Amino acid sequence: MKGETMSRAARREARYGLLFVLPWIIGFLAFTALPMAATFVFTFLNISLAEQEPLMFVGLANYQRLFADQQAWASLWVTARFALLWLPLVIALPFLLAVAVNSKYVRGAGLLRVLLFMPYVVPFVASALIWQNMLVNDGWINTALRLLGVGGAPSWLSDPAWVLPGLVMIGLWGLGSGIIINLAGLRGIPTELYDAARLDGAGWWRQLWHVTIPMMSPVIFYTMILAVVEVMQYFLIPLVLFDGSGNPGGATRFFNLYLYQTFFTYQEMSYGSTLAWLLFVITLIVTLVLFRLSRRWVHYTSER
Amino acid sequence: MTIVMFGIVAAFLSPLVQMTLSSLKSERQVSQAHAPLLPSDPRTFTHEGRQYDVYRVPVDGAVRELALVKKGRAESEFVDPAAPEKGTVTWRGSWRTLEPSWTLAPQWSNYAAVWKLIDFPRLLLNTIALAVISTIGTVLSCTLVAYGFARFRFPGRGPLFTLLIATIFLPTAVTLIPTYTIFAQIGWVGTWLPLLVPTFFANAYSVFLLRQYFLTIPREMDEAASIDGAGPLRTLRSVIVPQAWPAITAVTLFNFVYTWNDYFTPLVYLSGRPELQPLQVGLATFNGLYSTKPAYIQAGAMMTIAVPVILFICFQRTFVRGVMSTGVEK
Repeated sequence: MKGETMSRAARREARYGLLFVLPWIIGFLAFTALPMAATFVFTFLNISLAEQEPLMFVGLANYQRLFADQQAWASLWVTARFALLWLPLVIALPFLLAVAVNSKYVRGAGLLRVLLFMPYVVPFVASALIWQNMLVNDGWINTALRLLGVGGAPSWLSDPAWVLPGLVMIGLWGLGSGIIINLAGLRGIPTELYDAARLDGAGWWRQLWHVTIPMMSPVIFYTMILAVVEVMQYFLIPLVLFDGSGNPGGATRFFNLYLYQTFFTYQEMSYGSTLAWLLFVITLIVTLVLFRLSRRWVHYTSER
Repeated sequence: MTIVMFGIVAAFLSPLVQMTLSSLKSERQVSQAHAPLLPSDPRTFTHEGRQYDVYRVPVDGAVRELALVKKGRAESEFVDPAAPEKGTVTWRGSWRTLEPSWTLAPQWSNYAAVWKLIDFPRLLLNTIALAVISTIGTVLSCTLVAYGFARFRFPGRGPLFTLLIATIFLPTAVTLIPTYTIFAQIGWVGTWLPLLVPTFFANAYSVFLLRQYFLTIPREMDEAASIDGAGPLRTLRSVIVPQAWPAITAVTLFNFVYTWNDYFTPLVYLSGRPELQPLQVGLATFNGLYSTKPAYIQAGAMMTIAVPVILFICFQRTFVRGVMSTGVEK
């Protein structure tokens, strides 16, 4: 559509359209695009409220500092380890639970759906504190473990080796939306496909593998991307539980915690911005790699 | 299968039960090993004007609940609360090995205490005000923007919409530092403005949800309205909004609960101004101050989750449908 060939009505329509989306365009420029650019510019400056040096261009000094910063890489490693533990669960569990709820052998699917989703609306500060109460030594988790005969139940929130699994358990309460999205996807699979598979003699397992999973691959991919973006930024629950101390023994000093402390506690804007860009670039690379790999396993039934 | 699934759900929701029970426990019970599951107090018995603790005493192969009136190392004297007129019973053995008898005693006063300690009315009022204003902002701006994307052709519409969706995947950290710095420069840090103003400029999730819904409304209805001489804004008001009511309700509820539950933004912009903070920030601070009183913490948690959970129970269908429509179209 070229400018000179646009009719008067089309131009009027375009004007109204832009007018209606204008609030978002302004918001995008003011709260996303310009700040992002500014963050990038900050990485080449020496803005820090702690030290009153004259503002100046420092070239790649912040990046050099980043590469030598043991703490930054250690915290990135904490985030990576948590992600490796968390991602398989957050992708597989909602899918499996949705398949189970959707099964024809299960009654009360509506009620199950609502109950599984409910913890999702619980504020996460409250849910962190509720789970803290579950995970302490005389909480229900360890009481149950002891009843099952597990000797020496772990002290989830004070043992560096067990705190990440403990945080994974706390995170389970956020699975609700994933379950609902997976259920919606399952409902969208045409029943003819299952009928055809059954005619070919496919059992439950082969139907799951050859019909359900390929048909669900776009949904699984979507939950995967969202989960990756979220896990890269994870730090709020340990912030509430351990007040940003990184306890026990630095095991919860997540990358984002280090980033925010660099900014809010030490007020180093430029170095904080450098950390933020590193986070952004890593997220972008992981997402792009996942998109590239998705061509091999994600099947879109209709091209949009 | 059904039983297994409901078992899983019961385990999944059991923390809520433990929270409820813990929130009603007395401090004495929390500190005691082998205390019962339900909120209880050690039983006492008043005998001849003095109060005595009641213990579970094994007598002749049966366990009796007796009040300990005279403590001794090798033998102690007890009184049967059911029949004090019979006089004392002597029991051989160290009374320290006995277990106290518990009686059901939910401490409703925990809630009253927490209500005062965290200044609940103020936190509640702040939270409601923040949630209501930002929900109004979100619903107004997102309806306009979604209408623009759904109904008008303009150059760059496709790329702009892709850009809008892409913001969902952007880490907040990459915009926060300059945004905070600017808000600090213009004196907005320590006020509600950084929390409220951005909501009037639309967000990707809500726009997406509303646009999907608007697209399902037949265009003929718009055209009929415009033949009657209605401008775009009137068409939006008289045709689209009444038709899209379910989607608008979903966006309203989601944003209300989202703001209610948000912790990080108010923490960042309102630290040091406790009189302006909402519930979640207040609760986190409270947790830091009263970590030795788990019953209080749990009571506080209960008080902050009540509203979102009640809203969810009333509108569960809207919530579930809202989430479904964001996922399917991806």
